[in-house]
Amino acid sequence: MSEAVTPLNGARFEGLATIEDAGLTGMITLRGDLASKEVKDAVQKAVGLDIPAQRQAVSGQGSAVLWMSPDELLLICAYDSVSQTIATLEEALKGQHFLAVNVSDARTYLHLSGAGARETLAKLCPVDLSEAAFTPGMFRRTRMAQVPAAFWLDEAGTFHLICFRSVADYAFNLLKTAALPGGEVEIYG
Amino acid sequence: MLILTCPCCGVTGEETEFHQGGEAHLKRFGPGASDDEFHTYMFAKENPKGVHFERWRHNNGCGKWFHAARDTVTLEVYGTYPAQTLEPPKEIRDAITAKRPGWTWREFA
Ligand SMILES: [Zn+2]
Repeated sequence: MSEAVTPLNGARFEGLATIEDAGLTGMITLRGDLASKEVKDAVQKAVGLDIPAQRQAVSGQGSAVLWMSPDELLLICAYDSVSQTIATLEEALKGQHFLAVNVSDARTYLHLSGAGARETLAKLCPVDLSEAAFTPGMFRRTRMAQVPAAFWLDEAGTFHLICFRSVADYAFNLLKTAALPGGEVEIYG
Repeated sequence: MLILTCPCCGVTGEETEFHQGGEAHLKRFGPGASDDEFHTYMFAKENPKGVHFERWRHNNGCGKWFHAARDTVTLEVYGTYPAQTLEPPKEIRDAITAKRPGWTWREFA
C-alpha cells in the first residue's frame, strides 16, 4: 500500500483569512433518488445524518452530507472509513438504482476561516457571501476564478471548500492571493 | 451579462457559472433522414434579433441541463424551464408576450 497524501500536503497560509489543507478526508459520491426512503435510510446508516434540503449541508462529528444536485449527494467521513461506509451503502441500497463511489483522492479539501474569509471567497466566486445572504449550513457549487468549486459554511464561520485534485495548487494560490494583506476591500464591514 | 436561474437546483447565478448549449427544441434527424433534413437540423439554426430559446447547462453548479428564454437585444431573461419539455411552457410564452407582443420563434408564438 502506498501512503496517501493530500495534493496540498498540509499547506497553510495566514493573511486576511486562514487557508489550510483540511487533510485526508473521506468523500463519497452518492447518486440515487434522494426522495426515497431507501436512500434516506442508507445515508442514516452510513454516516448517521439526514439528507439535506436543496443546497444545504448537514454535518456531524467529522461527517457531513452535502446536496450536490437533485440526484447527487457528497458524503464526508473519515478517510480510513470510506470502504466500510460504501459497503454499508451498498448493503442498504441493494436492488435500488444508485451509485456510490469513493472520490476522496480525486478532490482537494480546504478550510477557510478568520475575519476575512467571506471577503476572500467573494473575490473569487460570483456569489453573495454577505452574512445576510450566505448563512451557516448553506452549500453552494459555483465557479472559483477559472475552476469549479463547492463550499459550505459551518456554525463556527469556517468555509469547507472542495475542488478537483488536479487544480489544488491553483485553488490554494488563488485563495492565498485573495487573502494577501493589503488587499482588504471590507465590503462586508 | 445574463443572470440565469437554474430550475434544477434553484441557484440564481451569473452567466459564467453556466454554459450555453445551443438552440432549444431542435427536432433531431439521424439515420434514415434525407440529406436535406439532416443538413437543416445540423446547420440551419435560428439567429434572431430578439426572442430566443436556448439550452443551458449549469456546468459550474449542479451540472444539469435546462432551457432558457431570453432576448438577444436587451439580454433580458424571460425565464428558465426544465430540459424535459418539447416546447416553451405557457407561463414563459406569456412572460415574453407581456414584453414583446406579437413575437414568433420557429413554430412558437
Ligand atoms: Zn443548477
